[in-house]
Amino acid sequence: MTNGQTTEITTTVLGADEIILNMGPQHPSTHGVLRVKLKLDGERVVDSECIIGYLHRGVEKIAEHRSYQQFAPYVDRMDYVAAVSNGLGYCEAVEKLLGTEAPPRAKVVRTILTELQRIASHLLWLGTHALDIGALTPVFYCFREREEILKIFEKYCGARLTTHAFRIGGLQYETYDGFEEDVKRFCNDFEHRVDEYETLLTENRIWVGRTKGVGIITAADAIALGVTGPVLRGSGVKWDLRKAMPYAAYDQYEFDIPTRPTGDTYDRYIVRMEEMRQSRRICLQAIENIPSGPILGKVGKVLKPPPGEVYHSIEAPKGELGYYIVSDGTTQPYRLRVRPPSFINLQAFRKMAQGALVADVVAIIGTIDIVLGEVDR
Amino acid sequence: MGHLIPSSIAPYVLPVVYAVVIVAVLPLLAGYIVLLERKVMADMQARLGPMRVGPHGLLQPIADAVKLLLKEDIIPANADKLMFWMAPLVSVTMALLAYAALPIGPAFQIADLNVGLLFILGISSLGIYGIVLGGWASNSHYSLLGALRSAAQLVSYETAAGLGLVSALLLAGSLSMKEIVQAQYDQGTWFIFSVPIGFFIYMVGSIAETNRAPFDLPEAESELVAGYMTEYSGFRWSLYFLAEYANMIIVAGIATTLFLGGWLRPFARWHDHFPGTSLEFFDVIPSLVFLGAAAYCFYLAPKQPVQIQKIVMAAFGAACLLLAGAMAAALFASPAVMAGIHGAFWFMAKVVAYLYAFLWFRFTFPRYRFDQLMRLGWRFLIPLALVNVIDVGIAIILRQELGWSPFWAMLLMTLITLGVAMWLASEGSKPASTLQPADTEI
Amino acid sequence: MANDPSEKTPAPKPPADPSKPAAEGAAPTPPTSATPPKPAAPAKPAVPGAPAAAAPPKPPAAPPPPKEGPTPLDNELVRRLKARFGDAIKEATQDRKQAIVLVDADKLREISRYCRDEEKFDMLDDLTAVDWPKREKRFDVVLILYSFPKNERLRLKAHLGESEPVPSVCEIWPVANWLERECYDMFGIVFEGHPDLKRILLPDEWQGYPLRKDYDILKQDTDWVRENLGIESGQ
Repeated sequence: MTNGQTTEITTTVLGADEIILNMGPQHPSTHGVLRVKLKLDGERVVDSECIIGYLHRGVEKIAEHRSYQQFAPYVDRMDYVAAVSNGLGYCEAVEKLLGTEAPPRAKVVRTILTELQRIASHLLWLGTHALDIGALTPVFYCFREREEILKIFEKYCGARLTTHAFRIGGLQYETYDGFEEDVKRFCNDFEHRVDEYETLLTENRIWVGRTKGVGIITAADAIALGVTGPVLRGSGVKWDLRKAMPYAAYDQYEFDIPTRPTGDTYDRYIVRMEEMRQSRRICLQAIENIPSGPILGKVGKVLKPPPGEVYHSIEAPKGELGYYIVSDGTTQPYRLRVRPPSFINLQAFRKMAQGALVADVVAIIGTIDIVLGEVDR
Repeated sequence: MGHLIPSSIAPYVLPVVYAVVIVAVLPLLAGYIVLLERKVMADMQARLGPMRVGPHGLLQPIADAVKLLLKEDIIPANADKLMFWMAPLVSVTMALLAYAALPIGPAFQIADLNVGLLFILGISSLGIYGIVLGGWASNSHYSLLGALRSAAQLVSYETAAGLGLVSALLLAGSLSMKEIVQAQYDQGTWFIFSVPIGFFIYMVGSIAETNRAPFDLPEAESELVAGYMTEYSGFRWSLYFLAEYANMIIVAGIATTLFLGGWLRPFARWHDHFPGTSLEFFDVIPSLVFLGAAAYCFYLAPKQPVQIQKIVMAAFGAACLLLAGAMAAALFASPAVMAGIHGAFWFMAKVVAYLYAFLWFRFTFPRYRFDQLMRLGWRFLIPLALVNVIDVGIAIILRQELGWSPFWAMLLMTLITLGVAMWLASEGSKPASTLQPADTEI
Repeated sequence: MANDPSEKTPAPKPPADPSKPAAEGAAPTPPTSATPPKPAAPAKPAVPGAPAAAAPPKPPAAPPPPKEGPTPLDNELVRRLKARFGDAIKEATQDRKQAIVLVDADKLREISRYCRDEEKFDMLDDLTAVDWPKREKRFDVVLILYSFPKNERLRLKAHLGESEPVPSVCEIWPVANWLERECYDMFGIVFEGHPDLKRILLPDEWQGYPLRKDYDILKQDTDWVRENLGIESGQ
């Protein structure tokens, strides 16, 4: 098994050999079907190219042939690691198109579930990233915690991964008996767990040596390349859509936005760890005070938004997830465009990998935190 | 029995028997160390590990061995057939050959060479040929690169490990394995307490020498360059695997002999220091350990879900009971027999403890990148090892010429070496990486 | 299980709130003259990117209830753009409280550069296209810009005919590289000045541009099955 590696050797004018190394699309560390072509000069990456599209399923074309409610389960399958966030973005975008809003109770429950999903997504990221760098143990601990969150989702809406938790206009399901206790128990346990993961990795010389100074991207480059999410915050830009353009119930809660100055892999790791803590904080605040009331706004069975267009974006765990929906007055969207954070963040890989060593490429792919379902749609 | 065997071959009988025992038992032992590794890994990762094949996975190594033997033998098309065939053989042969000088007990040694340690180190170095030949013979770019990296790593860290050993040798005064243990008995202390830094250097060096995490980049799966073992499958791969675990046991054996007192019981000379008191209850520990294991097996046996697993568990319990009996019986036999049997127990116990540390490190630490690995070896470990040797020499002079007490001499020099180590470490953590974010456009 | 799908109505657990749904987004159509006295009916926190925040005064062009569809927009930003580019700014509207400026396709690069440098829209959030086959200039190229200092979004649109190229904005916002490739891949729009315009999501040898309205998925599937498998597709 050679992991699909092929080589070509080109000789530059100066007589030095540059090798083109092909990584993927089947490779244990590319987190999906991603193909990366690296141009190497010895051990250093001179240039790279990401070839994507292996998981392209034509979701945007399908959207033009489904009604708004019918399309909702499709969005879960894009970023399948954090399905609840996708659903939140989509439902809120359609609600904006309709000119309506979810009732307060629905907004708060949506916030809680989305923050739990953010923790779950970051846990998966941490486990797989550590595994790529060689730490074999954190992945099991992270999945143990993630299991608790998925159990809550399963009790709530019946599904663990592709949840379709929200409906246009609010929620379909009322929270189950014991929902508050489960979330509180999880949040209380989780506080110590995050510290546990930190003791394994944060001050570990080997971890620091593998991640500090690797895959640096400056703030100016990040903004120019459209990078959002923890990658942008790791480069020092204190920007989070939950604070800049609040949606759901985020404006009611207090939380911090972690940022780090350098923009290397270590900083992004710290940012995501801290984000998990802040998500827990939001959950605890939200769960104290879920307003009573209806969970579904008055949205008819047949949704025919008036013609026009809207762009709505949320802070998904991977970055800014945006939906641009054009309506022509019928029950099916005329055009539905998803602004996928993983796709746009992956474009920054080329910049980050330039000058890195081959052994760091895997770490850089991991730190951008991509999900191929979202990259390819 | 002596008069039954012609005197011409009498000196060879016992070593041959020992050799046969080692070659027969070693694959089994290596297999069970793999099982131990999987169970320990599972325990650290909050899961159970192999549970199905045999009770609690105890027959897993047998199943794995049978599977590997029955696998199809694949040779890459353009591989160099002779080298391909020979490379694993070289690795395994060298690994097994090193056991010739390893004393598993005062009576259980195939050959008591007076340069035993040198012999083992030299043979282990020859094992690197197996790796390089394997990478070459695979006819694959990446196997070759992985093999060369592996070889570079092994050579660098052998130097460091060897220097770590030298510091203990200075105290022992001989290269013969038996005499090293005897020296520890004579001096009344295991050398780990005299030269802890030497032990640390040797431990790090031995982890790198056996390609274990955190130094296992050349054979890590999630890296681009797959290791020298890629093109090997089935029985050939199991030979490499056996070589790796045999090497692990060898380095554990060397560490035990040199630093952990070999086959000596803990507090072996208590009665000399404190006459009248005795810690003879330490002699009961081997039988107690096996009794405890047997009791645990018998306790678990009825709880197994399947009948055959109950029987196998009970059989393991019975085997432990037999061993407990053997240990207890040895107490009443002649001192030579008792030293032999109990010595073997203590030796294996220390080897297992050392290997447990190997396993522990594998599942705790991430992997070093290759350049960081080489930098660590050459710029931290080797200078430290050199300084350590010098310091131990100074300590010995302080002891012998100036009459200092051993304890204070060693303590002083250990502290000095520790200071040097910290300085070297701080030098190393200065950003030596030359990665710069490129300013070019995308 | 707590949520049995056979339950028709999800009964709200706590006693019903008397002032229930009337206040929140009620009808499918935007609230015309429902309850809210203020022109901005949906609660403020849920609406991001009110472009009106750019201009000190409230958007004077919006009549009290945001009617269906786009309404004309005339704020400071639009006035500056018009002053600078004159006729290249064809139209400025506001839809669901989001500003949309329709510009001339040829001047897209200059306008983009102005927006990035002078108006401080330093991030290109998205670049996509919409196909209106019945129109003479069938494509809408849409750029969604975001300004960090102003915390504001702007949408630039340009109409484009079928084989007309449009200037690429890659050198202004490097993120446009892959976004334009995707537009090309899905719609066949050619971006002039793009360093490496080739397909990104579909295989290189793919024929056709899927997101165009005349690209029939069903026909594509039956054709492929007939050609490659020799049978009739069961669709």
